[in-house]
Amino acid sequence: MAELRIEGLTAEVAGREILHGIDLVVGSGEVHAVMGPNGSGKSTLSHVLMGKPGYTVTGGSVTLDGVDLLALPTWQRAQAGLFLAMQYPVEVPGVSLEDLLTEALAGAGRDVSLVHTAVADEAERIGLATRLLDRPVNVDLSGGEKKRNETMQLAVLRPRFAILDELDSGLDVDALRSCARRIEAATTEFDLGVLAITHYTRLLDELKPDVVHILVKGRIVESGGPEMADALETTGYAAWVTEDEPAAAAEADPFADPFA
Amino acid sequence: MTPSDAPPASPIWFEQWRSAAITRLGEPVLPSTDEEVWRYSRVAELDLASWAAPARAQDASVPDGAQAVLASLEAPAAVVVVRNGSVVHRHMAEGWAEQGVYVGPILDAPAAASPQDLLGSVAAEGPDVFATINDVNLIDPVLVWVPAGVTVDRPIVVIDWIDAEGVIVAPRLVVRLGADADARVLEWHGSDDVAAFVTSLVELDLDHAARLGFGSVQQRGSRVWQIASQVSRVAADATLDSAQVALGADYGRTRTDCRLVGRGATGNLRAVYFGEGTQTLDFRTFQQHAAPDTTSNLLFKGVVDDNSRSVYTGLIKVEKDARGTNAHQTNRNIKLSEHAWAESVPNLEIETNDVRCSHASTVGPIDEDQRFYLESRGVRTDVAERLIVAGFFDEVLEEFPVPAVVPIIAAAIEDRLDRRSEV
Repeated sequence: MAELRIEGLTAEVAGREILHGIDLVVGSGEVHAVMGPNGSGKSTLSHVLMGKPGYTVTGGSVTLDGVDLLALPTWQRAQAGLFLAMQYPVEVPGVSLEDLLTEALAGAGRDVSLVHTAVADEAERIGLATRLLDRPVNVDLSGGEKKRNETMQLAVLRPRFAILDELDSGLDVDALRSCARRIEAATTEFDLGVLAITHYTRLLDELKPDVVHILVKGRIVESGGPEMADALETTGYAAWVTEDEPAAAAEADPFADPFA
Repeated sequence: MTPSDAPPASPIWFEQWRSAAITRLGEPVLPSTDEEVWRYSRVAELDLASWAAPARAQDASVPDGAQAVLASLEAPAAVVVVRNGSVVHRHMAEGWAEQGVYVGPILDAPAAASPQDLLGSVAAEGPDVFATINDVNLIDPVLVWVPAGVTVDRPIVVIDWIDAEGVIVAPRLVVRLGADADARVLEWHGSDDVAAFVTSLVELDLDHAARLGFGSVQQRGSRVWQIASQVSRVAADATLDSAQVALGADYGRTRTDCRLVGRGATGNLRAVYFGEGTQTLDFRTFQQHAAPDTTSNLLFKGVVDDNSRSVYTGLIKVEKDARGTNAHQTNRNIKLSEHAWAESVPNLEIETNDVRCSHASTVGPIDEDQRFYLESRGVRTDVAERLIVAGFFDEVLEEFPVPAVVPIIAAAIEDRLDRRSEV
């Protein structure tokens, strides 16, 4: 069984510490939900794990089966088995989906002959219209289509661990269900480990978490079973955030969704 | 036809025309970079005296480089190969001559085409002194003549090849489409590895409701200096789709003047360029709206690498009568190296109300978010950059009027990116 291990991770943006020490261990086939209010550092965590420019890791470690991910450039982290489904998938004009996935698989020395078929199969399974597959990556796709596209790529690339950064933002109920079901299936199909970062519990209706972590102000303040998500549904984050100090105002992530 | 067998005796009108140009040129005065349209240019490096005058080609064979381009084209309607300014080969597929189409040296054109009235009819005395230098050094101007109402459904190809060392070459192409005619013309500027000074001038003349797709590819060797002009006159309801590709030359400049002179005329002007080494690629554009309800869309996209430089300056000019004008101008540049340099200066000059105009320009490195997205899927950084650069050009190349040569262009771009990875 593979393991994604995060220990004492601290990181800053523009000289300001956003993550104050994160500890998390995700095993193959497990689903961990990281939940927290706006400004808690959720997106920072996902970006730091994938190595997005603009973030500085100041301490701690992240390993995938003992491989030090923080020492690797982004593309090698991906080839080591990490995948990030982005909150805002980027439009890349002129680059086709198939070229992207072919280069991704070829770079890892994997068989590229089945990319076309795999894309078609997964697109059908996830409900991504075939006509969208010929478009440049994410160009002119709706919010829901972009998230289906992220999920489709995840299914074709078959990483060992997937970080889902607010997969449930900007998509309708049907799209959310298709994406969540596909990822849930992947946890058994190819033993995918999942770190689902989310504000709301609705993603977890279809993607059943084994562990739920509450992230507040850059720290995991509590971890527990799936029942914690149910409790959140009724009480919100009030129990972890003091009234006079709203989390959002205290530690704003400059990359966070301003409309969330 | 083999010109060496029978050097065409120049018609009297042409001799007179050229004498007038020689008189007009006198002792040429080159422009200075103080003039806005020559700002950032390398014209100050030019020494006209160091280039020999051209002579009619003695060797009338088609150069290998030109053969390679021809090989990519399946069944063109017509082909002309110009070598060092002289026509060395021409061929027209069956049937077109019967419809009145003519593609060949202007000096041999049928009287019906009134060749003496066509040369210079769009460019007049030309936008600058280099047009006059072109006039003076002409050997074989080429004419593409499509009569009114005729649609030529296969590409017409003019290959302009240079393999003579140390000469001035003056390619000249006149394209005239009669009313409601429709054609696609490819102009290919290639060369061996020679030093040459080229003044290229293209005149595009579209009569009422004509439709012309004009693709121009500049892939000269790295010791060529080229100062080119493309002047077009677009009549009412006619549409010009022009796409330029500039890859070669030490200094490669193209000035584009698109004059929309009839109501409802449209000019779509696109270009891609990719500089490497110490190249300078220089573009000046003028979208001139002289009639109501005219439309122009300009999209120039360039990449500069190593120590190369690019210049884009553009002017949208909307004249008093041109109400209902739609004019758009976009220039985007990617800098692949911190030593590369791209200048982009868009401009508007509007003399009427009731117009919709926009201009936009960007110069910057590869988009960090796009690269991160591709890398996050496991694509190596250099491969991600190749994909993004190739994709950046795609928007223009996918609309290229003669799609058959796009693979050669794409391969040339790939070669540049390969050279980049090897460093």
